[in-house]
Amino acid sequence: MAKNDTTLYLYELAWILPSVALPVGMLAALLVTAFGAHIHLPGQAATLDPAHIDTTSPFDQPGLVEVGVGRYEARIIAGIWFFNPPEIRVPEGSEVTFVGTSRDVIHGLFLPDADVNVMLIPGQVTRITTRFPKAGEYTFICHEYCGLAHHTMAGKVIVEPLE
Amino acid sequence: MAPVVDTDLGAERRLTGAFFLVAFVALFVGVVTGLFQGLSHAGVDLYSWLTPLVKSYYHGLSLHGVMNVLVWTTFFICGFVPFMAARAYQRPLASRALGWATFGLMVVGLLIAGIPLLQNNATVMFTFYPPMKAHWAFYVGLTLVVVGTWLVTLNLVLTHRAWRRQHPKARTPLPAMMALVTFIMWTIASLGLAAEMLVLLIPWSLGWVQGVNPLLARTLFWFTGHPIVYFWLLPVYLSWYTLVPRQAGGRLFSDPMARASFLLFLLLSTPVGFHHQYTDPGIEQGWKLVHTFFTFAVFFPSLLTFFNVVASLEIGARARGGKGLIAWFGKLPWGDPSLAAQVLAMLTFTFGGIGGLINASHSMNLLVHNTTYIVGHFHLTVGTAVTLSFMGITYWLVPVLVGRGLWSRRLALTQAWLWTVGMALFSYALHSLGLQGMPRRTWIAMATYTQPEWGELTPLIGIGGAIMFVSAMLYFLNLLLTWLASQEPAPIPVEFADAVSGPEAAPVFLDRLRPWLVLSAIFIFVAYAPTLIHMILETSANVSGFRVW
Repeated sequence: MAKNDTTLYLYELAWILPSVALPVGMLAALLVTAFGAHIHLPGQAATLDPAHIDTTSPFDQPGLVEVGVGRYEARIIAGIWFFNPPEIRVPEGSEVTFVGTSRDVIHGLFLPDADVNVMLIPGQVTRITTRFPKAGEYTFICHEYCGLAHHTMAGKVIVEPLE
Repeated sequence: MAPVVDTDLGAERRLTGAFFLVAFVALFVGVVTGLFQGLSHAGVDLYSWLTPLVKSYYHGLSLHGVMNVLVWTTFFICGFVPFMAARAYQRPLASRALGWATFGLMVVGLLIAGIPLLQNNATVMFTFYPPMKAHWAFYVGLTLVVVGTWLVTLNLVLTHRAWRRQHPKARTPLPAMMALVTFIMWTIASLGLAAEMLVLLIPWSLGWVQGVNPLLARTLFWFTGHPIVYFWLLPVYLSWYTLVPRQAGGRLFSDPMARASFLLFLLLSTPVGFHHQYTDPGIEQGWKLVHTFFTFAVFFPSLLTFFNVVASLEIGARARGGKGLIAWFGKLPWGDPSLAAQVLAMLTFTFGGIGGLINASHSMNLLVHNTTYIVGHFHLTVGTAVTLSFMGITYWLVPVLVGRGLWSRRLALTQAWLWTVGMALFSYALHSLGLQGMPRRTWIAMATYTQPEWGELTPLIGIGGAIMFVSAMLYFLNLLLTWLASQEPAPIPVEFADAVSGPEAAPVFLDRLRPWLVLSAIFIFVAYAPTLIHMILETSANVSGFRVW
């Protein structure tokens, strides 16, 4: 019986140790991507009163603003069932920071081909930066259910080739 | 463990049967609406025929989600778990009257919430994020259902105390300990949802206050929204740990390890909600990483469960003549539909678990958040690991409850395999399409931005969904005929499995809940308090409601 017990403990231990190692290893990999590869998530950017969105900077003037050489800010307001502006144009190689919010219900901003995947929540400002190294059309869609015509809510980033 | 004299638990049986009846109705509604969605993705539109009942794709989707993910699971669990606890304690529930009052309250809650849902006045999905505003009855009804689950906890705690008075030295029977941990964990976790409902959504939907803070509501929702998956899973584990080893012809490998994993779930299930909010503004990345840490910590008890359950299956299969490193798997009693369904659920869950790690990784989550990948994932977990296991449990338990044998074993086996195959196709398609950028909760058939390559996989959603629909109909048919027409003799209830390493080997600290509860409270406080306080003080985010469907 005693021998049997020892074998059991050894089996348990032989499983427990790798079961600890595995999640720890994965966490380490995640920390490397967070701090090493600079994969960032949205954080606390700013808040605003959605009732006064049209008079609150920077959403009083939605659209594209150049903030540096090759660097742009795209100020986007989501509302049922449109993005304002629905289309932006930037040159190839640009770095674009999306600054977004919602005027009504929760929406999403999803550019599958440019690694942008964020929520737009009324009262909160979402900031996320990405790059467009290649020319082409990038569709952005609302990927949070926002009502009857949710499936029609989309826009476009047109990345123009450099001369 | 001596066999339970089940005749003593006649009242518990009737109560369990009542909960199951409601659960089955919910599953039926959920499965039918699910078929419409699957077919819609495959290009077959049934909604135009359904308009008198189902007003839109999104109405159908809300019905599907609420009925399957909230009602089917909750009512099944509230029927199943207390009955198992009563059997394990070998005594009736502390208060049968409280049991029936609980059932009554939950049914009333379901009806109150169900009416606006059916009438298209609560087409807000099972996440009901404000400022999308449903009819107040939807929130009030769901809250009553949650309060009902707390009464189940109360009854379990009272039963445990009564048992403890008579057995001051004994170890809590493993199934009873698991039942207790499941409901205590859930009661703690559901405080987020309760606060969201009582403080924010109900006063706002009744017009008592003007606005709501959408981010705060969403955060409180996910406080409960992730641990709810453990509320679904732990009853499944109760079956996998304490019944399946017996059904496989063997014993549980390690009782102390099983207890340890449940206590770790009690400890770690709740401080993980931000992993549903990686893409949300208003929560600092550092706190999101803390929740990542806890999420990966929960992976540890999951791995313990995996090992313990598979080792127990192996003991059973080897006792039946199984040989080899892997080949013993074929020697499991695959002809028993209850066991087959649950082993298939375990196999499917392996993939669901791996997918869950991807979702919990904040970097990879950016690729899959709110895409159909997530839908593929949770149909493997709650849709199969949980649902197919519950189906497997009913294959022995419903015959016990109605006192007649299962109408057809073969039909039940066919049903379990069909579900697995249908789900494999369906879930493969959704995972792949999600990686190709298809959003979830979207009427894809009418979307203005569909990609041509999506068309290669969308038919699989319809085919897989249709196979699962047929499987579900066979399930209901079999249960109905068992109840009404079966000539088979009543089966002997499955007994709880003995353990190779039994409860006496477990250290005493594995049979004390209080220290674990204190630690759990500390973890939750650390993980949530700073962010929640910041959000509550954020007064500008006060938004009125919208009806957008």
